[in-house]
Amino acid sequence: MTWSAAARGAHQPDNTAFTQQRLPAWQPLLSAGIALPLFFCAGLAFIGLGLGLYYSSNGITELEYDYTGNPGTGNCSVCAEAGQGRAPPPTCSCAWYFSLPELFQGPVYLYYELTNFYQNNRRYGVSRDDEQLSGLPSALRQPANECAPYQFSAAGLPIAPCGAIANSLFNDSFSLWHQRQPDGPYVEVQLDRTGIAWWTDYHVKFRNPPLVNGSLALAFQGTAPPPNWPRPVYELSSDPNNTGFTNQDFVVWMRTAALPTFRKLYARIRQGNYTAGLPRGAYRVNITYNYPVRSFDGHKRLIFSSISWMGGKNPFLGIAYLVVGSLCILTGFVMLVVYIRYQDQNDEDEDEQ
Amino acid sequence: AAEKFVLVYVFQKTEKVDFSYNKLADPKFSFYDQTLVEAVKTGDGWVHLFFLSLSLCHTVMSEEKVEGKLVYQAQSPDEGALVTAARNFGFVFRSRTSETIMVVEMGETKVYQLLAILDFNNVRKRMSVIVRTPEGRVMLFCKGADTILCQRLHPSCRSLGDVTMEHLDDFAIEGLRTLMVAYRELDNAFFQAWSKKHSEACLSLENRENKISNVCEEIEKDLMLLGATAIEDKLQDGVPETIITLNKAKIKMWVLTGDKQETAVNIAYACNIFEDEMDEMFIVEGKDDETIRQELRSARAKMKPESLLESDPVNTYLTTKPKMPFKIPEEVPNGNYGLVINGYSLAYALEGNLELELLRTACMCKGVICCRMTPLQKAQVVELVKRYKKVVTLAIGDGANDVSMIKGTFWGFFAAAHIGVGISGQEGMQAMLNSDYAFSQFHYLRRLLLVHGRWSYNRMCKFLGYFFYKNFAFTLVHFWYAFFSGFSAQTVYDTWFIAFYNLVYTSLPVLGLSLFDQDVNETWSLHFPELYEPGQHNLYFNKKEFVKCLVHGIYSSFVLFFVPMGTIYNSVRSDGKEISDYQSFSLIVQTSLLWVVTMQVWPVVVAGAFQIALETTYWTMISHFFTWGSLGFYFCILVFLYSDGLCLMYPNVFQFLGVARNTLNLPQLWLSLVLSVVLCMLPVIGYQFLKPLFWPVSVDKVIDRIHHCMRHPLPPPIRTKVKHASSRRSAYAFSHKQGFGALITSGKTMKGKPKKNSLLFKK
Repeated sequence: MTWSAAARGAHQPDNTAFTQQRLPAWQPLLSAGIALPLFFCAGLAFIGLGLGLYYSSNGITELEYDYTGNPGTGNCSVCAEAGQGRAPPPTCSCAWYFSLPELFQGPVYLYYELTNFYQNNRRYGVSRDDEQLSGLPSALRQPANECAPYQFSAAGLPIAPCGAIANSLFNDSFSLWHQRQPDGPYVEVQLDRTGIAWWTDYHVKFRNPPLVNGSLALAFQGTAPPPNWPRPVYELSSDPNNTGFTNQDFVVWMRTAALPTFRKLYARIRQGNYTAGLPRGAYRVNITYNYPVRSFDGHKRLIFSSISWMGGKNPFLGIAYLVVGSLCILTGFVMLVVYIRYQDQNDEDEDEQ
Repeated sequence: AAEKFVLVYVFQKTEKVDFSYNKLADPKFSFYDQTLVEAVKTGDGWVHLFFLSLSLCHTVMSEEKVEGKLVYQAQSPDEGALVTAARNFGFVFRSRTSETIMVVEMGETKVYQLLAILDFNNVRKRMSVIVRTPEGRVMLFCKGADTILCQRLHPSCRSLGDVTMEHLDDFAIEGLRTLMVAYRELDNAFFQAWSKKHSEACLSLENRENKISNVCEEIEKDLMLLGATAIEDKLQDGVPETIITLNKAKIKMWVLTGDKQETAVNIAYACNIFEDEMDEMFIVEGKDDETIRQELRSARAKMKPESLLESDPVNTYLTTKPKMPFKIPEEVPNGNYGLVINGYSLAYALEGNLELELLRTACMCKGVICCRMTPLQKAQVVELVKRYKKVVTLAIGDGANDVSMIKGTFWGFFAAAHIGVGISGQEGMQAMLNSDYAFSQFHYLRRLLLVHGRWSYNRMCKFLGYFFYKNFAFTLVHFWYAFFSGFSAQTVYDTWFIAFYNLVYTSLPVLGLSLFDQDVNETWSLHFPELYEPGQHNLYFNKKEFVKCLVHGIYSSFVLFFVPMGTIYNSVRSDGKEISDYQSFSLIVQTSLLWVVTMQVWPVVVAGAFQIALETTYWTMISHFFTWGSLGFYFCILVFLYSDGLCLMYPNVFQFLGVARNTLNLPQLWLSLVLSVVLCMLPVIGYQFLKPLFWPVSVDKVIDRIHHCMRHPLPPPIRTKVKHASSRRSAYAFSHKQGFGALITSGKTMKGKPKKNSLLFKK
């Protein structure tokens, strides 16, 4: 068998741009004239963006208080001491006093922060049953095996909500009091405890089981609360729209944190005289100290924070953008110098030729 | 190997000449110059004489099994070509006996009486026949090397001779092999006298060769110039060019052939494996171990005297008796040498203790010819090189006897050449059917190696590097996360992302890369064979490159973990709600990862061709489609996997409900993504930029030249003609051995077929 160039053979591939790899291609010849300005422009853009981010983050005020109660750190140390080695710890109250010399620009958000708390631990993270939390009655009676050892109570009743995450629900509570005039009375500042979780979470993802005879309590009949809980899940709040699995404190807690140090939103302050922020004056935060953290060297903090378009105070992005922008420009200069030197050399070579 | 030789006078892409006037013409013969045919038809005496001389002055045997279908058996293909040419122009050499030559001259059968053949040899470089024409004239026709013949011309031909020499020079520059053709009319008496002298010389017992050649000199003078011929060596199209190109790409070529030595050497010269400028050509033709060893060692002593000393590194290495799979390092000779070894000697040389001698000597030579080889020996030679040299071997051949070296499973226990290439030719399909690659012309080897081979290597290396990189970047993020998740083996990504990452999200860009990438297009890679070299030295993917991928992967994973971590650390959304939860973090990291890895295709594509802020990338529509398509596809899948319906249907399987909706619209995510991409690209671009300046490889210079050419386009590269030195332009027109002349005149060969001859005569 011979193949000639002219005759088309039986196995000859199609002579198309695709099969012959002759597709029109974009072959940009990035000369220094394009690459260098690109670097400089990118650098400048990054620096500009970085400055914006940095200042917006810097403009946010934060007020932070560590109420873990290590000895000699304020009056919460009494509670910490009292709870030492006792389970469950006794209910204990302490307070944090602070005064604002000027208006704390609003809207103000109240966060609690835990450190050294590994919500991202794999075994902890899987210890939940999303079917149960989405209100599936079958899952309510038969929680997923991942929940063990918080799957069934000692009495053999299914635990609702099951799992380690739910069992370790953060149960400190706070109330904010404002002293408008010196030596005047403390007036309670309304804390908005709703709208602190993702809308999708408490509307779609977390759902209560169907009511039995119009009662949530009956729906949960035959289940046991997690062992650490003083009261069942349907009594988490007196507000019927904010109790059971859709209780927003619970929902916020169930959205586990990515890192061992994390903040979770406790309340928003936006009612009455406090829409614009916290006015100047003395304040007291009453803390119900329940949650033990000293056993694992953790810390508990309370944070008042304002918000910008970029969210909370976090200088990382701003600084990173500034650094990368500078790096771009620096690299651009290095490339420029190298290019010029190389071109000189090239010219010499060409002259020699 | 079968080579075809065709007589060529003038190359013009015009109509083929119609030879229908001549019934005996060879139908495969094509010719383009109309004027010559016209001259023949009008009966120009000189032209007729010229062709007559071609049809008479040779030692070709003819065979006519079917009437009108002549088959010529020529000692050298050139001779065959010349006689065939004469045949087509109407001077058909039909048959010969020991005393006659039958020629059909323009349809008219004439029988010439063959009086003498003064045969070719290396010293004379010409041959002559003396015939008596039917009219009774005694004529001497002579053809031979122009340098020799022009000294023996009659003074009256001086001016014609000068013109002819000019033409011959032109032909030689074209790479054609030239001959001069002349005749002399002899006086009957003079011839008789000479004939007596000649027979005496032939019968003398002493110094016969000399005497004969002296006698011949006497009669071959005062010749009348008839013309010149030029023969193009139609090995196949582009063989010498291909070999020159492959030589430039530092590919060493060995010819393993069953042909006899002279033919093999001729072909080696013709296709540039041997060159005139070579310092020496060693011929190994010993008949026993010791002679062959001596020949090989003396050859090596000339090429590299120190390689015979005890202190030579290779010798010391060999005396340490290294374990079996050892490789002999490269040795550099002091010049250009060639080696010729025949199959008989090779049988000894391939035996245990001599094979290393053979290999070391042969590998120092620029060209190696092994002739008279059996198929098994071909495989053995390939095997020998493969075993002791750190090289990749490619065997190419067209015959059934090449199968053993091409296929590499001769008798089931050989593993011969790494790559086998078959040429589909006149010698059947066996070679083709057993090869890895098959094509119809030798010169396609150039494209196979320099274009497709090179692309393939580059693509493979880029693919491997990229594949390792993207998986390092993907996996090692978990390493950093372990420090923050209590070493609890928590995965950073959604389980579905892990399942889809290699399969769906990142497979298309890397496929596009490894199917369509062309760092340099075919024109340039053919134009600069040097570009082929990195592959030979394993430059594009080796341990070092692997470590680079690893380091790059570690760096990228570092960026990919810590930039999102810094972004979400103690951070919240602009409505105060959560951003630092595990699921959002997963989404940020995996989206950044995908962007970084996909964008990384870009510098990977550039990698080979980055030069001083100049880069050539090759982005076809398909690359665009694959790259951007797979990113878009990712977001589509994301929306689907995180959709309410799916998550509510299987809450424990699809746990990321609402994460896409809540997190993809955050400026933090996009800012951190851009930051990750830029941070991952910056060092790569910087490295690509600085590498050719600080660690230049020879290829970089070539690429620089290519860029230079692209900016200042040259006229399209002209096909370079192989320049032949005039010193040997005629020397190879004949086989180097004594011709058949004596055999023909003795009539011995004719005895076998008297019937046939007589039959022919009757017609």
